[in-house]
Amino acid sequence: MQPYKKHTSIAALMDRSNVDTDQIIPKQFLKKVERTGFGIHLFHDWRFLDDGITPNPEFELNKPAFQGAKILVAGDNFGCGSSREHAPWAIEDYGFNTVISTSFADIFFSNCFKNGIIPIKVTPAELDALMDEIRANEGVEFTVDLEAEKLTTPGGIEIKIEIDAFRKQSLLEGLDDIAWSLKHEDKITAFEEKHKQQLPWLWK
Amino acid sequence: MNKTMYEKIWDSHLVHEPEGGTPLLYVDRQLMHEVTSPQAFEGMKLKNRKIRNPHSVLATMDHCVPTKKEARAVLTDPIAKKQIETMAANCKEHGLNLYDMESPNNGVIHIVVPEHGFVHPGMVACCGDSHTATHGAFGALAFGIGTSEVEHVMATQTLQQKKSKTMLVKVDGKLSKFATAKDIALAVIGKIGTAGGTGYVIEFAGEAVRNLTMEGRMTLCNMAIEGGARAGLIAPDQTTFDYLEGKEFAPKGEDWDAAVAYWKSLVSDEGAQFDAVVELKAEDIAPQVTWGTSPEQVINVNAPIPGPNDFSDKIKSQAAASALKYMGLEAGQSLTDVKLDIIFIGSCTNGRIEDFRAAAELLKGKKVAPGVQAIAVPGSYLVKNQAEEEGLDKIFIEAGWEWREPSCSMCLAMNGDQLAPGQRSASTSNRNFEGRQGKGGRTHLLSPAMAAAASVAGTFVDIRDWD
Repeated sequence: MQPYKKHTSIAALMDRSNVDTDQIIPKQFLKKVERTGFGIHLFHDWRFLDDGITPNPEFELNKPAFQGAKILVAGDNFGCGSSREHAPWAIEDYGFNTVISTSFADIFFSNCFKNGIIPIKVTPAELDALMDEIRANEGVEFTVDLEAEKLTTPGGIEIKIEIDAFRKQSLLEGLDDIAWSLKHEDKITAFEEKHKQQLPWLWK
Repeated sequence: MNKTMYEKIWDSHLVHEPEGGTPLLYVDRQLMHEVTSPQAFEGMKLKNRKIRNPHSVLATMDHCVPTKKEARAVLTDPIAKKQIETMAANCKEHGLNLYDMESPNNGVIHIVVPEHGFVHPGMVACCGDSHTATHGAFGALAFGIGTSEVEHVMATQTLQQKKSKTMLVKVDGKLSKFATAKDIALAVIGKIGTAGGTGYVIEFAGEAVRNLTMEGRMTLCNMAIEGGARAGLIAPDQTTFDYLEGKEFAPKGEDWDAAVAYWKSLVSDEGAQFDAVVELKAEDIAPQVTWGTSPEQVINVNAPIPGPNDFSDKIKSQAAASALKYMGLEAGQSLTDVKLDIIFIGSCTNGRIEDFRAAAELLKGKKVAPGVQAIAVPGSYLVKNQAEEEGLDKIFIEAGWEWREPSCSMCLAMNGDQLAPGQRSASTSNRNFEGRQGKGGRTHLLSPAMAAAASVAGTFVDIRDWD
């Protein structure tokens, strides 16, 4: 995972609620055994016309003003549905490293942190303000400063990024979760010994 | 302190709670299928890591698996074939128990795991699959995880987890004759919404839940995720113990008695506090049918399809407008006037023996409506064999249904069973998202009995007054 650095980037607007993981990465692309190369299939059914190749001019992310965006601003309950990590893989591979919404589905939310993406939760009023600013000036760039836990816009909006210290550190340093947990291997082993005595049938 | 069942399971699995960090939770069982595991195995290989406890894993092949015998023999999709072969190779390399396509135990992961008694009350179980919530029916804390977490469990037998809030969903009273666990699940989601359970673990309780069979409890917990919840839970009781006793991976002899005593201690204490409480009366739950592109867009079968004006919330109103457009429906229309093309009974929600019995009951002596294709996909070979022993397959086939081989099939449409653009299906699966069963496909969720009746009528019917 790449360390997450402070950046100022185009914010793309997706004014839809309940964007589910089946839309983020449709099932026909889940057959690969690699983690890479999912970006070209992101939002496939919305993004392309029926031939599957021609960009759909009606789809918001195809707007010229949103090309190169790293920040995605979307409606309520983003990432609901399946647990497929292919969804954040596709989002990250497409170029986004920040998703802003009023709420995220639980599994999608955790999956983001494993892939260098910050899901930023904002209030409905904050989301409206961010969306209004993009609508008024498509191509506007927002600044995400994880170190300072701050999202700022040229229009003067400033939002505190709520994130726990551990996840913040992992993102900033691009840390491997497994390596961190394995530092506690003695505790895992001790737990297993106790568990074996209490519930021996689990180990037969 | 009085604890909920969730808190008891959580506390008994806490390995480490770092100051200001995310707690480490022990995982007893990991379930696997071919779609969400290959990248985790690859990660293990790159770091030269070993699976900590290979005996804690049970794996199957289900998502990409065709439902026609001849198609199963020779997989023609080269990418699906590679995924299946990769799964087999990975399981062999790490010494994991795999029910591959040739195994008599093969089937959908959340069907085969309970059939073999692999998840018990009080366990923590996970799988790279959101419908892992199914196993909450046994009083196990079971939830879906991403592939990075699958790798994390492989390497450490733990997960970095935040504690969830608790929600009690109480369904008191008795269900009417034609209402099922599926109808409870849809009614609950209709009430709380698809994000209503976000951040919560739901415990289902009340007389109507107690009266459900294990199959029904699995259907209900399976759909906890569609209400946004991390997991669903039902307290273990005699129904649970009777189901588990004698199963391959269930405790035996002296262990059985000790296990049952332990399982009984897991029930939420009297007076335990939940962060939220939702109550429903079982008598009020009519057969449910979804009309939109989210499981929360659901109505009683005899209610008119709502429109944007029926929702005061701006987001729900907009969602209704776009759902009606996608589904090709109009506000005020009656479901009994909506013509269907395809009927599907199967999936980890409703692919169990009881589901096929309920459908067969309604199909006896009847015929599928002209122009309708009806597909029955048992959730596993054990379900299929049992149904055939009972002669259910004959009832389906004589009625004009196709009797297929086990797979996830038309629930997520990865194996070739899918809707064409504009086709409308009545499905016993769990998600009616736009395009999930095929681009432009329109899916309505309902119970197996309702699906069976719909196949005969060619439209939705209120089975309460069906002849």
